[in-house]
Amino acid sequence: MSAQKIHGYRRENGRVGVRNHVVILPLDDLSNAACEKVANNIDGCLALPHHYGRLQFGEDLELHFRTLIGTGSNPNVAAVIVIGIEPGWTGRVVDGIAKTGKRVEGFAIEGHGEIKVVADASRKAKEFVQWATELQREPCDLGELWVSTKCGESDTTSGLASNPTVGNFIDKFDELGATTCFGETSELTGAEQVCATRAATPEAAEKFLKTWQAYMDEVIEPHKTSDLSDSQPTKGNIAGGLTTIEEKAFGNLQKIGKKTKFIDVLQPAEQPASGPGLYFMDTSSAAAECVTLQAAAGFVVHLFPTGQGNIIGNPIEPVIKLTANPKTAREMGEHVDLDVSGILRGEMNMDEAGDALIDITLRTCNGRLTAAEALKHREFVMTKLYRSA
Amino acid sequence: MSAPDFIVHDAADTVGVIVKEGISANSTLTGWVLEDDSRFEMACIDDIPLGHKIALGEIAEGDTILKYGHDIGKAVAGIAKGGHVHTQNVKTKRW
Repeated sequence: MSAQKIHGYRRENGRVGVRNHVVILPLDDLSNAACEKVANNIDGCLALPHHYGRLQFGEDLELHFRTLIGTGSNPNVAAVIVIGIEPGWTGRVVDGIAKTGKRVEGFAIEGHGEIKVVADASRKAKEFVQWATELQREPCDLGELWVSTKCGESDTTSGLASNPTVGNFIDKFDELGATTCFGETSELTGAEQVCATRAATPEAAEKFLKTWQAYMDEVIEPHKTSDLSDSQPTKGNIAGGLTTIEEKAFGNLQKIGKKTKFIDVLQPAEQPASGPGLYFMDTSSAAAECVTLQAAAGFVVHLFPTGQGNIIGNPIEPVIKLTANPKTAREMGEHVDLDVSGILRGEMNMDEAGDALIDITLRTCNGRLTAAEALKHREFVMTKLYRSA
Repeated sequence: MSAPDFIVHDAADTVGVIVKEGISANSTLTGWVLEDDSRFEMACIDDIPLGHKIALGEIAEGDTILKYGHDIGKAVAGIAKGGHVHTQNVKTKRW
């Protein structure tokens, strides 16, 4: 497999992308309308409206910038237009993205009005799109791929088959020198000690347990009602047979395989900086929030096992769905890229399932649209740590 | 090998997962243990939906439920062998 290649886009900073988006990125909620107008004017652009960006402060503001800059910096993005209400913070996002060497231009609405900004930004977007559409894919090593994973609407079939299929993929890609990422801090509750044993170093284990404990102390304890049993597990999880958070957590952990060790712990949307290997990222377990953070950290393709049928997509990172639940595969087939329910019937072993997932992933990286892409699922959801000032 | 009716992760587990639709009470089911690739038959005493768990032995109130060879919660009611194991009789120990 190490001799296999995918055809990707080699970016200015050397990273490999598998999509070639021109993104119209709002700094703040006020600028969504202008971004959507530009994307309507010019074919081949993708606006990423979101709800935040005003009066945030401290760690929450840092996360906002990290998410926007990271999204624009993702190798699946060829070029970026940033539109904000004022030039200061708009410029900060532009400067952050410009460090990758890619084409980026910012526009501020104050002092000009939206109509002029839309006209100016549309001209620039047209230039970017015509430039980007001439870029060619080239052969790239599989080890250059950054692959993230997160499961959703899990049920017991996730822990039995679809999550271990991802685990088999992660074990194989770890050997190729790929960079991979899992997250979902709350959803490792019950399996956190076992997860810590999967750290490559005592430092990584300690960092993981501190991150998990901080979530318990700072988020769960002050905000929980009588319990979280209607939320973790979710109603869908419970309908699918998952009874407790511990059961869900051990199923979740199957995604990191049998032998791969995680080498470091990332803050939300933090770009890995310790070289190839598996990383744990401190994220929400809500699908769109988690994948948005992983995409902002630079991951270019996502593996998403589902039990009951979570239908999430992401605007810039293709999300590949697999399920082992035969009922979900039958009833929600249009959302499923890979059916591994054969594992439960003894018709397919884990190694074969892992290879099938590698096959659909490489085809996706070469340009095949995922089910979520074809269905235009573009959930871009910023994580917010606390109320704005 | 015919398709199993339920699957058990670890030989030490006290529950298995139903992997077929339409499993009903008073049927004899075939289980497959992943850890050692063994098979066994067991009577099912409840209607159990796909993905839900079956008790592999008698479970008393307060007992720890084992799945993946690990503690996944406690029984809050007694569960008969072959019975349906879920939120009506098992609760998390975490919150």
